Amino acid sequence: MDFLNAFIALSNFVIIPAVAYGSQLALGALGVTLIYGILRFSNFAHGDTMAFGAMVTVLMTWFFQAQGVSLGPLPTALLALPFGILGCMLLVLVTDRAVYRFYRAQKAKPVIFVIVSLGVTFILNGIVRFIIGPDDQRFLDGERFIISARTFREMTGLREGLAFKTTQGITIVTAVVVVALLFWFLNRTRTGKSMRAYSDNEDLALLSGINPERVVMVTWLIVAALATTAGVLYGLDKSFKPFTYFQLLLPIFASAIVGGLGNPLGAIAGGFVIAFSEVTVTYAWKKVVTYIVPEEVAPSGLLQLLSTDYKFAVSFLILLIVLLFKPTGLFKGKAV
Amino acid sequence: MKKMLLASTAAALVASSALAGGHAKEVKLGVLIGFTGPIESLAGPMASGAELAMQEATDSGKLLDAAKVIPMRADTGCIDNGLSTSNGERLIAEGVHGIIGGDCSGVTGAILQNVAIPNGMVMISPSATSPGLSTVEDNDLFFRTAPSDAREGEVMAEVLQDRGVTSIALTYTNNDYGKGLADAIESNFKKIGGEVTIVAAHEDGKADYSAEMGALASAGGDILVVAGYLDQGGLGIINAALDSGAFETFGLPGGMIGDSLPANVGSALNGSYGQIAGSGGEGIEKLTAMAGDAFDATSPYTPESYDAAALFMLAMQAADSTDPAEYGPKILEVANAPGEKIYPGELGKAFDILREGGDIDYVGASAVELIGPGESAGTYRLIEVKDGENATIGFK
Repeated sequence: MDFLNAFIALSNFVIIPAVAYGSQLALGALGVTLIYGILRFSNFAHGDTMAFGAMVTVLMTWFFQAQGVSLGPLPTALLALPFGILGCMLLVLVTDRAVYRFYRAQKAKPVIFVIVSLGVTFILNGIVRFIIGPDDQRFLDGERFIISARTFREMTGLREGLAFKTTQGITIVTAVVVVALLFWFLNRTRTGKSMRAYSDNEDLALLSGINPERVVMVTWLIVAALATTAGVLYGLDKSFKPFTYFQLLLPIFASAIVGGLGNPLGAIAGGFVIAFSEVTVTYAWKKVVTYIVPEEVAPSGLLQLLSTDYKFAVSFLILLIVLLFKPTGLFKGKAV
Repeated sequence: MKKMLLASTAAALVASSALAGGHAKEVKLGVLIGFTGPIESLAGPMASGAELAMQEATDSGKLLDAAKVIPMRADTGCIDNGLSTSNGERLIAEGVHGIIGGDCSGVTGAILQNVAIPNGMVMISPSATSPGLSTVEDNDLFFRTAPSDAREGEVMAEVLQDRGVTSIALTYTNNDYGKGLADAIESNFKKIGGEVTIVAAHEDGKADYSAEMGALASAGGDILVVAGYLDQGGLGIINAALDSGAFETFGLPGGMIGDSLPANVGSALNGSYGQIAGSGGEGIEKLTAMAGDAFDATSPYTPESYDAAALFMLAMQAADSTDPAEYGPKILEVANAPGEKIYPGELGKAFDILREGGDIDYVGASAVELIGPGESAGTYRLIEVKDGENATIGFK
């Protein structure tokens, strides 16, 4: 019995990756949930908005790298991130002007908005591929590990190694900072309060003199910042490839819905629920269990519930269960 | 616009039939490979290799009655069965005498079933390696100059044994190629007493392989064998393994051998090893010299493509016919011993020997030796990554 090694193995392969992945999902889901709460539609273009923001950041990163600018041990992409956010803000404002505003003026039904956003998705998808190409792009530099598996093993003398990547650390720290900023903004500032008022009751908000176009604009700006940050963190931690952002849409929506659409707190909780379920259900528990149980009863099988191919199926399943039994999500959001 | 299109098509038709009438004897060979799709970067040199052999035969003036060999390129998309079948039918309609192709295993099976067998056309594939194609019912119309992955499985198992590896974790890219190769490696390694702790598929094109790595790491093993693609999931798997410290040495089958892998992974890959179909020696050197700067003759499956084209023409010469039914049975004869060994650049000499009724043993660029149902016995180049580069350490 060796609880320490078991815990290290578990952290290395489950807890750390899941926390990083959960943070990325949470940031993505926050964007979706804000759009749903304030503009009142499911924005399918969110994945590709993330891809677009990340793409601008990647291009800026390359520019900085070419100029010889770097952040030392931190990835240069962090320096390029504000530019990515600006680029993405410009994009969503243009899309809103050119597309969504027309339907808003017509008071179109949410389902029409959803289909429109699907159209926007495909256009963005095309634009991103056209500019940067469909392939994997590398833009990570700086120190790769905060602590690598080998150093950890040498330091502690344990059999199991614990790797903690710089990108995972940055992801978690950034997510905490961004979420704190967002909640401060929504709860403490005048604009934030007017956004929440608009979300709760549109007519009442209009009567009390809130300018709807301004609320919509601010929402888009925040969403652009969230989407770009999530996209860049995901790209840094994993890899930047336009198509994966489109695939990411499913777990992001699952997170937002599980948490309760329109509820920012729920989006965060949902992100972690989905991330942990995906990772734990598809993890092979053999190693961890072998450390914990006495040798005689050590398992010979892999103790893997589902093959990793079914990762996305897990998000689907949770989504279905939540929609069937608790349509408003874990935290009280809006019924879909 | 429509009229102009019609007019130009009509003009082209007239022109091409006029051209066809101009030559007394013509041999048309289809080059049906994936000019688009996942292996498009390999298709260019492959086609150039095949066309080099045809040019050589035409220039020699000794094939049949000084026949001119005309290549006809067509695309398979590598994974597009519909496209390959319709392009195969188009080649038949244009009157080809043989088809070099297909390239990827899946479409090769489709072309064989839907085009070659119904039309009695002979196919020689330079690059389809799926073991499934060894046992497929092909009416003796299908040959390949690439070895089956079943053979690579044997070679890999031997390599592992030579290095004293007793247990491996095995992951493969989830398609015909990956599955076939993984099965071959698993069964061969078990046969010689090795232990395979896990066989898990991975999908290409994902951003994150940490979940897959969790399962592989949990199963454990001396090394991780990655039967994938070097620019795709294979790279992702290796990075995930190194990031989490789960494995440090990797077994790299053919799909993982290429300059981009050590370049992308960096020094951590040093010490990993594998093998790729290919041969050293005289044949490939001659082909490289012949190709010059026109194309890269050492690009994967390019020597095999040259050999596929050469085999067609040699068999035609031996049968003195361009009819697939007549020259088809001659392919094994010209490819194997006994007879005078023929290397690239010696097609003219081979045509002379065959005309006089002699025997040849075509060696070609890839050391062709056709076994069993008409597939290459397979020489493998053993690779080890040293100082961030793939170094050839021997042949098997």
